Amino acid sequence: MTSSPHTITRRVLGIASVVTAMFGRELQAQSMPSSSRNGPAKSDVRLTVNGQTHDLALDPRTSLLDALRDHLGLAGTKKGCDHGQCGACTVLVNGVRLNACLSLAVAREGDSIVTIEGLAADGKLHPLQEAFVKHDGFQCGYCTPGQICSAVGMLDEIQRGVPSAVGDLAAAPQASSVEIRERMSGNICRCSAYPNIVAAIMETQGKTEGRAG
Amino acid sequence: MAQVIGQAIDRIDGRAKVTGAAAYAADNRAERMAFGSIVTATIACGHVTSIDANAARRMPGVLLVMTHGNAPKQAPFQAKADDRHARPKPQLASDKVEYFGQPVALVVAETAETARAAASAIVVTYEKAEGAFVLESASGAAYNPGKGPTGAPSDSKLGDFDKAFADASVKIDAIYKTPYQAHAMMEPHASLASWQDGKLTVTSSLQLVESAHKSIADTLKLEPDKVEVISEYVGGGFGGKLPVFGDAILAALAARELNRPVRVALTRQQMFHVTTHRPASIQRVRLGAERDGTLSAIAHQSLAQSARADEFAEPIVFSTRSLYAAPNRMTSQRIAALDLPVADSMRAPGEAIGLLAVEQAMDELAVRLDMDPLELRLRNEPKEDPEKKVPFSTRALVPCLQEGARRFGWDKRQARPGQVRDGNWLLGMGVAAAIRGNFLREAEARVTMESERHAVVEMDMTDIGTGSYTVFAQIAAELLDLPVENIKVKLGHSSYPDTPGSGGSFGASSCGAALHDACTKLKAKLAKGEGAQGLSVTGSVKPGDDYKRYSQYAYGAHFAEVGIEQTTGEVRLRRMLGVFAAGRILNPKTAHSQLIGGMIWGLGSALHEDAVLDPRLGAFVTQDLVHYHVPVHADVPQVEAVLLDEFDAHANVLGSKGVGELGICGAGAAVANAVYNACGARVRDYPITLDKVLPALTRRQG
Amino acid sequence: MRAFTYERPADVASAMKAASQPGASFIAGGTNLLDLMKIDVEQPTHLVDISRLPLREVGETADGGLRIGALVSNTDLAADQRVRQRYPVLAMALLNGASGQLRNQATAAGNLLQRTRCPYFYDVAMPCNKRQPGSGCAALAGFNRMHAILGASQACIAVHPSDMAVAMAALRAEIEVQTPAGLSRKVPIAELHRLPGQNPERDTTLARGELITAILLPPPPAGRQTYRKVRDRASYAFALVSVAAIVDTADGKIRDARLALGGVAHKPWVPKEAERELVGAAADAGSYEAAARAATREARTYPHNEFKVPLTERLVARTLSDLATGG
Repeated sequence: MTSSPHTITRRVLGIASVVTAMFGRELQAQSMPSSSRNGPAKSDVRLTVNGQTHDLALDPRTSLLDALRDHLGLAGTKKGCDHGQCGACTVLVNGVRLNACLSLAVAREGDSIVTIEGLAADGKLHPLQEAFVKHDGFQCGYCTPGQICSAVGMLDEIQRGVPSAVGDLAAAPQASSVEIRERMSGNICRCSAYPNIVAAIMETQGKTEGRAG
Repeated sequence: MAQVIGQAIDRIDGRAKVTGAAAYAADNRAERMAFGSIVTATIACGHVTSIDANAARRMPGVLLVMTHGNAPKQAPFQAKADDRHARPKPQLASDKVEYFGQPVALVVAETAETARAAASAIVVTYEKAEGAFVLESASGAAYNPGKGPTGAPSDSKLGDFDKAFADASVKIDAIYKTPYQAHAMMEPHASLASWQDGKLTVTSSLQLVESAHKSIADTLKLEPDKVEVISEYVGGGFGGKLPVFGDAILAALAARELNRPVRVALTRQQMFHVTTHRPASIQRVRLGAERDGTLSAIAHQSLAQSARADEFAEPIVFSTRSLYAAPNRMTSQRIAALDLPVADSMRAPGEAIGLLAVEQAMDELAVRLDMDPLELRLRNEPKEDPEKKVPFSTRALVPCLQEGARRFGWDKRQARPGQVRDGNWLLGMGVAAAIRGNFLREAEARVTMESERHAVVEMDMTDIGTGSYTVFAQIAAELLDLPVENIKVKLGHSSYPDTPGSGGSFGASSCGAALHDACTKLKAKLAKGEGAQGLSVTGSVKPGDDYKRYSQYAYGAHFAEVGIEQTTGEVRLRRMLGVFAAGRILNPKTAHSQLIGGMIWGLGSALHEDAVLDPRLGAFVTQDLVHYHVPVHADVPQVEAVLLDEFDAHANVLGSKGVGELGICGAGAAVANAVYNACGARVRDYPITLDKVLPALTRRQG
Repeated sequence: MRAFTYERPADVASAMKAASQPGASFIAGGTNLLDLMKIDVEQPTHLVDISRLPLREVGETADGGLRIGALVSNTDLAADQRVRQRYPVLAMALLNGASGQLRNQATAAGNLLQRTRCPYFYDVAMPCNKRQPGSGCAALAGFNRMHAILGASQACIAVHPSDMAVAMAALRAEIEVQTPAGLSRKVPIAELHRLPGQNPERDTTLARGELITAILLPPPPAGRQTYRKVRDRASYAFALVSVAAIVDTADGKIRDARLALGGVAHKPWVPKEAERELVGAAADAGSYEAAARAATREARTYPHNEFKVPLTERLVARTLSDLATGG
């Protein structure tokens, strides 16, 4: 989607530091592009999160993730990598799971966003939340909101017949453990509660997981 | 008294975690909070010659640029101390650069976006010095680091290893290599610092609150009572949050400078250099045995990286001293100082990588003996600790191996590689032993009755995912004969009673024993008729000399089945079983989670994890979760952990041992041994990626 | 991330105009552009958000092919029944890429234009000719396990990271491009991505301000299709080597064969010689192995990626064999 990004990169090339004598070369730092004296203008954004509408004035650089966490106080959505590599920031946008870190908040105007804080209704936990507690589908809990939101979106994708790399393209997908593992692979859990997470998700589908021995 | 300890109850903090209500360090905000962004060095060794921050300072919203030129004076770094994690950690203290990624400046701005952009706009120039970065080239500079943290010497000798090895009928002499590894916990390090009336509060992501409290207070030259450190929820630690890093110190300095709260968070990329890592190692293992498999000689020697900036000796060979019987033995560990980021503890420091070598060597010996590798281990079961010559407090390696073999279907394993197929996949099974030292540390705990039927437990202990909140509630509930939901557990504040924190798998036992003491004393007071309301008792535990009189370890046995795609060499786990005995299990649900987590770490260390060093730069080039691979869901099919009943009366009053690290110990070796059994590839250079397996497949197919 | 201004034009014409200003860049899914902006590798000063332009349709073309709107998400494209039935190689490639979340957000055109994952490209403190022309290629004598074995230069040995583009190369897709002058032109996918040569900073042949509006798939080729990706973990990892293959056999002979390789070059690599050797050859192991060898004949390796040559050969031969036997 970028228009010839190389020309842009070359034009405003700015390197944070100068490294001398590396590989016998010098990296020349160039000056920053002159930013406007008033700083980046704020953009007005209307975000709809968990059914509530919020009017915000944001630096256009603000990611959806930072908008949720630092501007709306919805810190349940976590920042694990800020680059779409871990899934901790997974939220539902118009019902579809996305990495909030790779969305600009300004680009989400008018979208309906659901975060972990919006899953429990009237104090009653979502079935996936219940199942995660029961199956100990976490340890430190940091990836958990992302795992749960991702699981909500993932199960909906299976419902809608979205295929995966491990299924038969010609058949309707099932919420088997193999499918769940493949489809949840964008959510890293370093505590490695993976087997428990899969068991929790399976239980909400009325299924149980086999054992290793 | 209802039995609550040992029940598999759900985590009491579970609801907070699944609803997003649990507040981790960077989830906290404060009025007028400013945002800090760290600038890191892009050379590994040398000096900063100039810092041009003009462009950054001109950016609207930039509040402060801190460099070594204007950073407040802090206490000097100390190379040695009783508690390495309580030492001062001065930041921006001089122009000297000791490792790639070392913080060289901090920018604070009104918004996170501005802070980050301004940090990028700072131009640092350096004078680069020569550095040493390659462990393989540093063996000449290797040295003996002296005694380890538990007082164990770096070297040990028993009998005459050289002679016994020379005389042995069957021998293994092999070199194993393990790479640099990153903790890669999901929550990046972050701190929020604020000052009020001369008192500093730092909310951070820490394993050791007491150590961090001392480190921060000493660094800033503050009286201890002028500092409060808070760490209520920690998004994973694994050793990587034992130390205090620049985020905490710089946030504190900047907040004082600006007289407003400052949050500093590391980026995922920065974590790979700013924080610690597991050092790479080169290990030589020699085993000598009789034809019947009886070991006559064991030698384990290690060389590991240590940072020139801060010495750390990975205790690689220690457990080898207690694992198998053999009359003639020697172990030695050496470290080499390199100009790299700081190496420090990562989940099961020592055993995690030591067993990757020793337990693969045992498999190699079994192959050479034409013996079942499980049988080889049974044959070398010692009756007492083979080097310390003291009894084992408990030792259930044999039952773990036998129970695991039965459950896993070990009898279906084919001895020769390449015999079992599933379509285009070659299948194999591997076994390895798990051993992990058990420790008890000094701890205190306070329990206070809020009413006749409600109690509050307070400790500066942390819950890094281990289940601390839950097991302490269980202990207090059982001893005070109250329902678990009537126990409030408050952790992670430096104002609470001192504990050793989360590290070395000693947390639950040490803190649990102190809490046991507090509850027992409290109950005695209640029995004497003291009124419950407001009654508060502090209990404690101090390690006795049982750890000297007994050899104290937790044990286990790992069984792994892998598939090797015979065209491509892709290695995938099929299933894995661990059977463990670790004293009394305080909560089987959370213990099981820790154990399978550890096993999956073992899988990662066997197949995936590799922080690749560029020796020209002295830098890791794998700086994110795209390039530093940890296992994902799809890599982890069935993984199961089984716990055998045990009570270690010599460990502590609860009879418990740590389980947080046991799961990783030996797990990777079981996977490596399964790879060999599947296809005949003996890969001694971890991780076992397909490029290392392909040559064996090519040979097999001619 | 450097400061930028943001606008979301209502139609393609306004978007083209907005993108004509210096420093402007289109953004749609943003999964790679924002990723790179956060670490200063990309530094646009103006973002033109095209994500809501009406380019989200998958439609049938008069010749029996498909026209894929530039903004169709990777998930929607893989889920499209016509793609699954007639172009399974494309659905498989898409589903082997990235994660569920990223596939929901990433667009078809954005996938084509994603930039290399060479770790040196990703760190502004390290030399990289692609990021900073003239600074040198750190991978050449550095960590080059993931890097190219075909078509690289001394200036750059990076590989293109897309799976989808590899399948599209095998399918001989065409890229529909809108020029700033308001014209539409078509670029065969083989001519969209460049080899690095002396200008590795240029990934594609697109001119400044040009916008991909659609991807055109010709009618489905005869024969069986598959995509096979080899990677270091079971999911969510870039390819070490991947192959998209379409093989049509009859009476023991190969009537047609189309191949494209991923993870081996600066662009999706079509091994023309291997394809030529296959057409008309006996449908047997000997032909597949000969084709596999032909595919890597020009290979040049670096210290950490020597394994890619035997891996590519084994993968190509095996994939062809599996396709021919229906495996």
